[in-house]
Amino acid sequence: MNLNTTTTRLVTGVIASIGGLSASFAALAYNDMPGGPAVRQLNFAAPVTKIMEEIHWLHWFMMIICAVIFIAVFGAMFYSIFKHRKSKGSKPADFHESTTVEIIWTIIPLIIVIGMALPATKTVVAMKDTTNADITIKATGYQWKWGYDYIKGEGEGIAFLSTLSTPRDQINNLAEKSDTYLMEVDNEVVVPVNKKIRVITTANDVIHSWTVQGFGVKQDAIPGFVRDAWFKAEKIGTYRGQCSELCGKEHAFMPIVVKVVSDEDYSAWVSSKKKEMAALADDPSKTYTLEEAKERGAKVYAANCQVCHQPNGKGGGAFPALDGSKVVNGPKEGQYQILLNGKNAMPKWASLSDTELASVMTFTRNSWGNHTGEVIQPSDFVAARAAK
Amino acid sequence: MSTVTTHDTMHDHSHDHAHAMPTGWRRWLFATNHKDIGTMYLVFAMMNLFAGGTMALLIRLELFQPGLQFLRPEFFNQLTTLHGLVMVFGAIMPAFVGFANMMIPLQIGASDMAFARMNNFSFWIMPVAAALLLGSFLAPGGATAAGWTLYAPLSVQMGPGMDMAIFAIHLMGASSIMGSINIVVTILNMRAPGMSLMKMPMFCWTWLITAYLLIAVMPVLAGAITMVLTDRHFGTSFFAASGGGDPVMYQHIFWFFGHPEVYIMILPAFGIVSEVIPTFARKRLFGYSSMVYATASIAILSFIVWAHHMFATGMPVTGQLFFMYATMLIAVPTGVKIFNWIATMWQGAMTFETPMLWAVGFIFVFTIGGFTGLICAMAPIDIGIQDTYYVVAHFHYVLVAGSLFAMFSGFYYWAPKWTGYMVNETRGKIHFWGSMIFFNVTFFPMHFLGLAGMPRRYADYPVQFADFNMIASIGALGFGLSQLYFLLFVALPTYRGGKKAEAQSWEGAEGLEWTVPSPAPFHTFETPPVFNK
Amino acid sequence: MSSTPTQAPYYYVPEPSRHPIRASLGLLAFGYGMSQWVNGSQWGAYLTGLGILWVLFVLYQWFGDAIAESEGGLNSVNVDISYRWSMSWFIFSEIMFFGAFFSSLFYARNIAMPWLGDIDSHLLWPNFSAVWPNAGPGGLVDTFETMGPWPIPSINTAILLTSGLTVTWAHHALRANHRKQAIQGLALTVGLGFIFVCLQVFEYVHAYHELNLKLTSGIYGSTFFMLTGFHGFHVTLGAIMLAVILRRLIKGHFTADNHFGFEGAAWYWHFVDVVWLGLYLLVYWM
Ligand code: HEA
Ligand code: HEA
Ligand code: CUA
Ligand SMILES: [Cu+2]
Repeated sequence: MNLNTTTTRLVTGVIASIGGLSASFAALAYNDMPGGPAVRQLNFAAPVTKIMEEIHWLHWFMMIICAVIFIAVFGAMFYSIFKHRKSKGSKPADFHESTTVEIIWTIIPLIIVIGMALPATKTVVAMKDTTNADITIKATGYQWKWGYDYIKGEGEGIAFLSTLSTPRDQINNLAEKSDTYLMEVDNEVVVPVNKKIRVITTANDVIHSWTVQGFGVKQDAIPGFVRDAWFKAEKIGTYRGQCSELCGKEHAFMPIVVKVVSDEDYSAWVSSKKKEMAALADDPSKTYTLEEAKERGAKVYAANCQVCHQPNGKGGGAFPALDGSKVVNGPKEGQYQILLNGKNAMPKWASLSDTELASVMTFTRNSWGNHTGEVIQPSDFVAARAAK
Repeated sequence: MSTVTTHDTMHDHSHDHAHAMPTGWRRWLFATNHKDIGTMYLVFAMMNLFAGGTMALLIRLELFQPGLQFLRPEFFNQLTTLHGLVMVFGAIMPAFVGFANMMIPLQIGASDMAFARMNNFSFWIMPVAAALLLGSFLAPGGATAAGWTLYAPLSVQMGPGMDMAIFAIHLMGASSIMGSINIVVTILNMRAPGMSLMKMPMFCWTWLITAYLLIAVMPVLAGAITMVLTDRHFGTSFFAASGGGDPVMYQHIFWFFGHPEVYIMILPAFGIVSEVIPTFARKRLFGYSSMVYATASIAILSFIVWAHHMFATGMPVTGQLFFMYATMLIAVPTGVKIFNWIATMWQGAMTFETPMLWAVGFIFVFTIGGFTGLICAMAPIDIGIQDTYYVVAHFHYVLVAGSLFAMFSGFYYWAPKWTGYMVNETRGKIHFWGSMIFFNVTFFPMHFLGLAGMPRRYADYPVQFADFNMIASIGALGFGLSQLYFLLFVALPTYRGGKKAEAQSWEGAEGLEWTVPSPAPFHTFETPPVFNK
Repeated sequence: MSSTPTQAPYYYVPEPSRHPIRASLGLLAFGYGMSQWVNGSQWGAYLTGLGILWVLFVLYQWFGDAIAESEGGLNSVNVDISYRWSMSWFIFSEIMFFGAFFSSLFYARNIAMPWLGDIDSHLLWPNFSAVWPNAGPGGLVDTFETMGPWPIPSINTAILLTSGLTVTWAHHALRANHRKQAIQGLALTVGLGFIFVCLQVFEYVHAYHELNLKLTSGIYGSTFFMLTGFHGFHVTLGAIMLAVILRRLIKGHFTADNHFGFEGAAWYWHFVDVVWLGLYLLVYWM
């Protein structure tokens, strides 16, 4: 940690907060977030699925039982506190044992907890039943964004990344915060209403968690493993959630936004999305010049690599420097391997396209102090993948 | 309850082996006296409470408003992580060991702890470990920011600060194991003749069981973080799928430690409360033996519930159900404890000196935390609240209002025995009410935040959560100031003077510790008292 | 009060001692040094070494004091019982430590591996077939051969079992006051322990050079080396304990009915023995 910057931030922060204190009362002026939390919301999000309805019910059920027990138990305690005090002349009784009451207050709570667990069982079983889905979407957690692939059902083949769209100025208090602050993304997940959607989660680097509370879904995304969850949204609208497993510094900045639309709107979205993807797709047989490849590679690097290896390629901590690295300046095969398969803390990047991989490899081999002059072509990666 | 023949508890120190009280710095650095070591543990824990508390206040400062004001998110995460680690390993656990050192030999009529030198070793490892842990803030990349649970593979990504934390935890683990062995052996082997296990004070029982839990689970934690270490530096793949390992395996091993750990932090608290309530109700503890069985049941059950922290990882249905049922069962023995305390108060002749206030406050607020725990234990509900502030609220209700409040109760109760002076009642009551009110102001709103979906370990949050966060931050400041008040106006002054305490400092107090003068002489019970009920 | 044969106090409480705090300073050097060393710092390695040596030195003095107290007749029966309890609980904590690693082996084989090979996981690892042993689905690990039970592990099993017998023999001899036999039995035990460790080193060399089986060989290599490695380390510790006891025995310490130091070390030895049987079955055979 850089103590200096921290101190500076602390000092400026204190100054800012003196002004901010007045501004903070303006915070009261915010509105509820559509599909997200309401201002001073006291309970769970409004249910959009059957499962979430059941969760609401279970929660009330528990609250009521607990409240009743609480009142009974503390009623007795406070009664005793007020009646049996020395100042009221109370004399201590000398009972101190009773097997009967011990048995009673073991058995009754036992029955109560069994009674609590039974209705929950049904919901647990229902939540876990991910069979017969209409559409299957794979959600991949990255530090710090979500990647979505529609892998089955209508829309199969669609793939995109979904990143926080709140401007940095709002986060740094330089601009007014919007009502959807921190819970808005550039590309929303779109699903049809009343269809069973199975979400498969996995991750590329560390554990993340895919959550939309209104659906009653929270499923950790575990690197190298797949897990699944499902929902069947019954109301058209936009629903939101936030990454719910600590995943590093931008943990608070990788929300989940799902747009539930009618069947027709969904089909329309699918076809427009497909056209858009076709237009954007790289032609893997194209031959790039060094400059073209470097330029493209710089973007890929900035989006995927520099979090760990740093913009100057010097790495740090568990992350090796690329600048001057043996792998980056050595035989190409070594770098193909690492990019496609990962190694230790380095995730595998096989999910990037051949063009992206080739360009970022070209970039690393021709940046900072590295001057191999080599240009890697997408076709090289086609071959490298095949060789694997 | 017990009458005691103190035939030579206060005998002169004429035995040839009885050494005089050492003086100066040697007395502390080289200590082999359980009271001195206990004092050092308590001072150390207090320092950590303030260190961890300062981190908590920084967290609350950043969360006072939405947006990033003071801290970079990576530093925020370091603070959250270290706050958790420092509070758990540096404040709560050592404080209870301090209580054990202070009171167990006095309560069972032992001359000291079974292994006096090892006792000092257990203590002196702690500052060393704390230095490593807190020093890790200065490491390149800062302290570890993987949460106090240190989940792989995030912990595998961290910088050298993580390694310092790993070694710090190893050392603290070693200290805990040695300390626990000492406590177990002392209790099993050094009770005064006539004091059978089922006659010993409840506090000793709870510590006996706690020590057993510690010996069972600290090595498991050591194993888990050792695997993180080798994954980080030596190329093993325990937690990397590509090599056939599994990140979730870390969580299983961690929580096999972690869940018993939370009972390690509450059972001694139960013990303290079980001492205080009978004293001020002037009535014997109700259902002594069922209290013992309940404590043991909690300990045994604690080994089979760990995965209730992992409902969102995606377990098979059967796993989900098993861990849900097992967890909910713990409400039963815990309930037995609560009911017995209330039955102890029932038809007593109660007075409400400060220790009693804390004890009653403990029962009240801890139960709220217990109920929210039960709500977390319902797997479907937990899907909604796992990793949100609801969980943060739950565990501060059981840890702060549970463990910490019970320790305050214990401090006010036994301070006369330690210092020779009664604690100033008015000030004690100010401390109690300040803490009680601000505690709830801080943590109650977090339930709402959690239900509404605010995730924990977030440096910034949607604007809709602003108001409750602001209230929580204000409460945290008030709670922190209450503790500052405790330190400056209650604890320190009590060591300097006040109303002289008698040997039996409280009217209703029973037990061997009240047969020796206040303050307890440097050496007590060099030959055991005869204990007959 | 007079339940003890000697003039020992009811329960001996030692004088203030400088050992603990000095040892903990050594641990600071060790912990800090290690954390730097694993991050590639040269002086971290030296600091670690220094810390370890210092701790060993302090422990040497510390145990020297404890032995002197014991031989000086300060330890009453009560202290002896305390030592027994403490050793048992210490061994229990060690069992739990090994438990963590055994469970990781169990989990990796029976839970993680089938999961990685199931139908959904084909999305990520299309070519992975879940049979043990494997190097994980990532294809990052060079191929290796696994370590079977023949011949070294089986020889080692025999060695450890025999050594279990020889300590028992030594113990019986000591109880019957045949000091010479006791020394022989114990020396034999230490010797067998030494051979065990040597054979294991040899096995590791074989694994690295001929089988290409390394610590980095996926989960198989991780669990194999961590389990057998920690076990080997504990055998070494146990052997050192026994060697110290042997020295004391030669110096004339212990009596026929007061020799807890001996028994404690023997218990520890049986513990490493039992752990080995677990390893032999679960790691080498299954
Ligand atoms: C002192 C510490 C302590 C204690 C005592 C407890 C006690 C309990 N805890 Fe808590 N818990 C923690 C500390 C503690 N916990 C911590 C630190 C975490 C978070 C860790 C992290 O993720 O960082 C956590 C998290 C946690 C979770 C995971 C939540 C999540 O991450 O999603 C769960 C889920 O089941 C849980 C459950 C329980 C239960 C059921 C109890 C029970 O023991 C409570 C029993 C008590 C009562 C129920 C009240 C009294 C009883 C009666 C009056 C009898 C009558 C009652 C009935 C019949 C219902 N706890
Ligand atoms: C074990 C005990 C324990 C205790 C006592 C506390 C005490 C407090 N905790 Fe604790 N907390 C945890 C254990 C504990 N916590 C754990 C385990 C976590 C999880 C960590 C994780 O997610 O990994 C956590 C997480 C946690 C969070 C969530 C952070 C996040 O998710 O990002 C928050 C947020 O408000 C918080 C707040 C507080 C507050 C306000 C207190 C207050 O009670 C503190 C009171 C303050 C003081 C006692 C200090 C007083 C000092 C002064 C007033 C003077 C200041 C002095 C100087 C500047 C010299 N804690
Ligand atoms: Cu991704 Cu938190
Ligand atoms: Cu738990």
